[in-house]
Amino acid sequence: MTSRQLRLGIGAVGALAAVAAPWLAPSFVTQLAFLWLMVVFALTWDIMGGHAGYNSFGNVLFFGIGAYTCAIVQRDLGMGYLGGFAGGIALAGLAAALVALLLGPSVLALRGHYFAIATLGLSVAAADIAAGWRYIGAASGMTTPQYPGAIEDRGRFFYFLLATLAGLTLLTLRRLYAGRFGLALGAIRDDEEKAEAMGLSTTRYKIIAWCIAAFFLGLAGAVAGNLVGYIDPREFAFAGPTYGVWMVLMAILGGRGTLWGPVLGAGVFHLTQELFWTYLLGWQRVAMGLFILAVVVYLPQGLVGGLERILPRRLGAASAVGHDTSPREAGQ
Amino acid sequence: MNAQLEVRNVTKRFGGVVANHDVSLSIPARSIVGLIGPNGSGKTTLFNCIVGYHPIDSGSIRFAGRELSQLPVPQVARLGILRTFQQTRVYRRMTALQNMQISERRARDSLAALFARVPAAVDDEAGSLLEFVGLHGQRFVRAEELSFGQQKLLELAMALMNHPSMLLLDEPTAGISPTLINVLIDRLQRVNLDLGITLFVIEHNMRVIMRLARHIYCLAHGELLASGSPEAIRNDSRVIDAYLGAT
Amino acid sequence: MDGLTLLLHAPVLNLQLLVDGVLVGAIFALVAYGMALLWGVMNLINVAQGDFVIIGGYVAFFAVSGGVPPLLAVPCSAAVVALVGWILYRIVIRRVVVGELFTSILATYGIGIVLQQLANQLFGSDVRTVESGLGSVSLLDGMLTVARIKVLAFLGTGLLGAALVWFMRRSRLGQAIRATAQNARAARVLGVDTDCVYAATFAINGAICGAAGALVAMTWIVQPYAGLSYTVRSFMVVVAAGLGNLAGIVAVGGGLGIAENYAGFLLGTEYQSAFVFSLLVVVLVLRNQLLLRQRQYLK
Repeated sequence: MTSRQLRLGIGAVGALAAVAAPWLAPSFVTQLAFLWLMVVFALTWDIMGGHAGYNSFGNVLFFGIGAYTCAIVQRDLGMGYLGGFAGGIALAGLAAALVALLLGPSVLALRGHYFAIATLGLSVAAADIAAGWRYIGAASGMTTPQYPGAIEDRGRFFYFLLATLAGLTLLTLRRLYAGRFGLALGAIRDDEEKAEAMGLSTTRYKIIAWCIAAFFLGLAGAVAGNLVGYIDPREFAFAGPTYGVWMVLMAILGGRGTLWGPVLGAGVFHLTQELFWTYLLGWQRVAMGLFILAVVVYLPQGLVGGLERILPRRLGAASAVGHDTSPREAGQ
Repeated sequence: MNAQLEVRNVTKRFGGVVANHDVSLSIPARSIVGLIGPNGSGKTTLFNCIVGYHPIDSGSIRFAGRELSQLPVPQVARLGILRTFQQTRVYRRMTALQNMQISERRARDSLAALFARVPAAVDDEAGSLLEFVGLHGQRFVRAEELSFGQQKLLELAMALMNHPSMLLLDEPTAGISPTLINVLIDRLQRVNLDLGITLFVIEHNMRVIMRLARHIYCLAHGELLASGSPEAIRNDSRVIDAYLGAT
Repeated sequence: MDGLTLLLHAPVLNLQLLVDGVLVGAIFALVAYGMALLWGVMNLINVAQGDFVIIGGYVAFFAVSGGVPPLLAVPCSAAVVALVGWILYRIVIRRVVVGELFTSILATYGIGIVLQQLANQLFGSDVRTVESGLGSVSLLDGMLTVARIKVLAFLGTGLLGAALVWFMRRSRLGQAIRATAQNARAARVLGVDTDCVYAATFAINGAICGAAGALVAMTWIVQPYAGLSYTVRSFMVVVAAGLGNLAGIVAVGGGLGIAENYAGFLLGTEYQSAFVFSLLVVVLVLRNQLLLRQRQYLK
């Protein structure tokens, strides 16, 4: 069986499992829905963090904007459940992308740790502002409309919604990374000054990348807000110490700068978290913090990075030595 | 005067240190001009000023009639004047081929183009340029795993990929073997003759620059010391003193 | 705005805000000094700086509850957090300080998370404060109220700062630390044990945060998640003042305290935190834009 056949086989089985999951494990359908949310978190973080080299500690900003935008649309535009929800989702993505577009030129001009801390500041400021703004419920937050169907259907509905979103994100990013966009981000990450010296419009690419991340996070916020039913400014919408950190952690755990690394990281992370919740209730947050620390200190290259070291051939790493090497030409 | 690059009275200060003082020179199109001088004479700083990496304190830099000194680095590069770096900078985690692909010159990237794959024509050109510098066999190797000499060649190929009309080369032969130096000189001469690219080259290797350049400028202590043909410069006592006197 | 008109009609209100601002600003400057120390010596940005402060605050709270006189709680907290810092250095920090800056930021961020969640789990999320029992002084016919503990905290901060500067200049360890900050490799060649220096620096920063935390607990409040705001404040102060600029750190710290007080008064206390974090972003963006005019950026 060739490597390609193996990958297609695994992909087919995976896709089948993903579709059948709500019926295979009905009592876990919400946790599984959250798994897809984590996948979106990790993938969107990795666009800027892993591929462009801009580590954001505040991506949760866009998640919260999406959640609130959708809730506002659903509350104020009176379009019925499906209409309001669909409209809310669309506007959520656009609103988040718009914020990224507006903040981009100034915030993305910051580099390295300055960018990281600035984004951190943005997300916490957003939490504080949201917690004081009466139009969106201030500290009490907002509620989203009730799902107009049966309870069993609700679980499946949100599962497939989030799975579709995750799939959409993955496919979009796969396409983007395969072309000039992916190359541009890599150039920015590896040597931004060199990229500028070669005439690359680095600012443009950075802003577009951030807008794409924001867009999908906004959509995710809208859907997740409706899944949870209640949007709390600090614990859900702009939840820095939880969602915000997890976004970073999952991508690192899986492997930054790859396509499947964040997905793997999201899976492992989510599973770990569920286990901690079940067996360590009360101390699961502390355990999570220690887990984060352990990953950062001992596994900074991520699982994919670790695997690549063990099985370079199988994963087709680009570090395989080239084919023809004529010493005269190759300049040794 | 048919100068492609016209540097006039450029002065650049860093705090109290004057790195370039009232430097003027002109580079005719399609020529190969050398820039020599002892360490610390301000050669790389001049390059940095020309491409917009530093704002200049006074003077003017005109390229094909356009004033460069107010433009940001990416814009200067897009006008067709590129530079290579003394420490050789390539995109380390990407393969040689990917380095080439991203060096393709695009006037404007439309949003739709974001989703498109790299065109075959680009791949072909990248391949032939890599062949030109002898790296075709290493095109799938990560840049960081290439030897220093190979990285230098890659950097040159990347610059060529961008279709510049002028190349500022900062010590292109530093730190590589004599065999490779000859390869490099040959390639540079072909680049100049066949592709018509003007070369402005900083060099410490006198043998190389005397062979390559038709005209040489010499900097010392941030000022222009001498200018002339290779023979004239070679015999200029001021130049000899500058090198011998420099610590 | 009501607040604004109030300020214009009652000038003494401005004085109150200024005085309170300067008094609290001294604590900000102290914590910022600790952050600058770590940044300059170890090239480490300690995202858990504020959480160290909060831990110091909790130590003071429990010490005082246990009968320790409030003023003695300050060195207590300093000692405890210094120890915590030293331990954390040995098990975590020393592994990440040599690598990428991002890894070290993540590591300290992770430490911060652990400290926050531990505090939340052990002490609950309620707000705590320490009663110093020193009361306030009324000045200008009762128009100006100054809490005695705040004045003491201010003086204490000044003393601590002066002691630190003296230590850095005169003591063997202080000189070793400064040498390592300038050029770690050269220092190592000259026989300085950089690992020891780093551990000591991290512990000293712990002591600084601990002392500051005790003062914070006495002049204000502590809460498990209040740490980040102190981290952000110190980062802002260091970026605005510049790493080696001690006078700048003091001045900017004081300025920040005053600015916060005004913001709290004009915007309401619930927006004071939003002000701090928004200000951070503004400071960073503006500082960077200024550098961009010189074709440079914040490094």
